[in-house]
Amino acid sequence: MLQGPIVLRPASTLPWGAAMITFADPFDALLSLQRDLESRFASDWLEGTTTSRGPFPPINVFQQGEDILALMELPGIDKNELQIQAKANTIRVSGKKRVDYSNDVSVHRRERVSGDFDRTLSLPVQVDPDRIKAEYRDGLLALFLPRADSDKPRSIKIK
Amino acid sequence: MPTKQEVQVQQKRELESKDESTIPARVFLPTADIYESNDALNVVLEMPGVDKNSVDIRVEDSVLKIEGRLDFSKYQGLQPLYTEYNVGHYSRSFRLSSKIDQNKIAAELNDGVLSLVLPKVEEAKPRTIEVK
Repeated sequence: MLQGPIVLRPASTLPWGAAMITFADPFDALLSLQRDLESRFASDWLEGTTTSRGPFPPINVFQQGEDILALMELPGIDKNELQIQAKANTIRVSGKKRVDYSNDVSVHRRERVSGDFDRTLSLPVQVDPDRIKAEYRDGLLALFLPRADSDKPRSIKIK
Repeated sequence: MPTKQEVQVQQKRELESKDESTIPARVFLPTADIYESNDALNVVLEMPGVDKNSVDIRVEDSVLKIEGRLDFSKYQGLQPLYTEYNVGHYSRSFRLSSKIDQNKIAAELNDGVLSLVLPKVEEAKPRTIEVK
């Protein structure tokens, strides 16, 4: 019997024998991202490639079906100063982030970063460079990277 | 030849609140720049992923509170492969001094950057005094 307010929790945390009502948890995708972030030091994905984890901008890479979606937080970027170059399995994002205030102001706090950035990301799958789409909205750069047809697994019939 | 200055990566700071949240999403502090001109105090916050309809700015008891909510429906059906930054809502509060005219606060949001202009009351503006 559930007692008290109904709480959204994954089924695994409910005590054994409790009535399980499963809700579609809207934050499932987000929580799995956070778990993944916390365990990323154990991952060897992208190890030994030219990408380093330090440089700006931080990238989150997701899989959407067969294709890949890369998201980067780049608030306040001028699209004309943003360059995206794509090859078969690397993506390069470079540009300049400007934070300019006029000269006759006194700055009390400065937390925003600014400067040039140039980042290359290697992917473990081949993508089709001709079908790559990039969208920059509300400070979020989204790169949709469709998987190359040559890279998709083919099923083989047994005679 | 001077080298280009590379941008440094900042990790998001999580909001430490006295109240508990009722939803499992995490809330982070947006990075803020505060600068002052003769007429106003300016606060610039970076909230990538937030559009005009998802931002809430209010002043209560001389506390300016800015909240930006993310649309998590975009993340449905996405399987994380490699993550470097955290994703969540944004919230930050500032206590305003009596020098700010709280009724005339203006805000603008472009490309995830929220610029707030907090005009000073007339008495607080600097006055130059001439020497006779």
